[in-house]
Amino acid sequence: MERIPILKMGDLLLVSIQVDMHDQLALALQDDLTDKIAKTGAHGVLIDISAVEMVDSFIGRMIANIAGMARILDARTVLVGMQPAVAITLVELGLTLPGVRTALDVERGMALLRGVGRRASNVVEVEPVPLETSDVDAGEQE
Amino acid sequence: MTPASTTRLPELLARHEGPILERWVEEQLATIGTKRGLMSDAELREQSREFLALVRQAAHSGGLEIEAAPWTAVRDFLGRISASRAVQGFSPAETAMFVFSLKQPIFEQLRRDGGSGEGVFDEVWHTNVLIDRLGLYTTEVYQKGREHVILRQQEEMLELSTPVVKLWDGVLALPMIGTLDSARTQIVMEALLQRIVETGASVAIIDITGVPTVDTLVAQHLLKTITAARLMGADCIISGIRPQIASTIVHLGVDLSDVITKASLADAFALALERVGLAVGRAVQRR
Repeated sequence: MERIPILKMGDLLLVSIQVDMHDQLALALQDDLTDKIAKTGAHGVLIDISAVEMVDSFIGRMIANIAGMARILDARTVLVGMQPAVAITLVELGLTLPGVRTALDVERGMALLRGVGRRASNVVEVEPVPLETSDVDAGEQE
Repeated sequence: MTPASTTRLPELLARHEGPILERWVEEQLATIGTKRGLMSDAELREQSREFLALVRQAAHSGGLEIEAAPWTAVRDFLGRISASRAVQGFSPAETAMFVFSLKQPIFEQLRRDGGSGEGVFDEVWHTNVLIDRLGLYTTEVYQKGREHVILRQQEEMLELSTPVVKLWDGVLALPMIGTLDSARTQIVMEALLQRIVETGASVAIIDITGVPTVDTLVAQHLLKTITAARLMGADCIISGIRPQIASTIVHLGVDLSDVITKASLADAFALALERVGLAVGRAVQRR
């Protein structure tokens, strides 16, 4: 059965979804990712969905679930590269993914995770400002 | 009752086409006297001749139902006439009169032909129905033409009224003007999200100075746009909220607490620059 690869980079996990998600794949990813976070003790997860052209309510909910589970396992999740059509679909479906951080591309997503993950270490002087106040609130309630 | 089997109209038109045409053109020249300047007599004559010939052929080949296939040529012709006359400055009533004025010459011809009372009455009735339909058809075409123009203008307005402008590297602005409805919001949303992808902007300012009223629906549309932009990883700031709109929003109980709002575009721009890590300072004066 095909699976979506999960790459480990330091204390971050990198997931790049390059195919259109179907339900089985999403469920497998959810299991794999939670396993991997537990095993590696990663503090950040970056999910790149720039190649995903279509989502339905199930996949939208899976993405929200994955982010929620990752957060419980003490790993921040950043969703990057969402396509306009996907964003509109999710909004119309009422899936606003509260608490999930988003970034335009992998680079910014990485900066966001690094900024959150290692506050004291060698971060460049212009630290990216947290994106939205509501997100920070939602994130820190966990 | 099938009009085709009983009516003598095709035959009548075929036999007396010349005199009917003469009388008809005379009639028209008399009725549209005030608008003589709009089209030449020769043009009118030519149109009348063509129309009468087409009607004759259509009536000859099948029935008096103008929706039927044999009447296609007549309908097309009327469509063209209607369009060209509208351009020339005729009113729809005058265009319809072009067709209706054909009644009298035909009725006169019928009277001249004689025949039994009952038969003549039937003929008049069939002709009346036919010409009424043709006349109304011109009005319908005129109306459709108008609707088409209105629709096109609406679309153009939509296109025109939703520009997404780049204020700085990574900062987009969307000045909204006019009422927001769902169709427009959809276009605005798509345009904004597309530009975010293209420019990689991380902050977008939605300026609603030109939006006359904000009700719950408009607020909901705005929130949708902002959420969609957030999902893609861009921040939205709403600016240009006038005092009365602020009070409306509060009275309606719309929750904008998750949204960054600023009173003026300048404030929003300053915040946006801060977000992308830039600052505006006074230029150092040189001696």
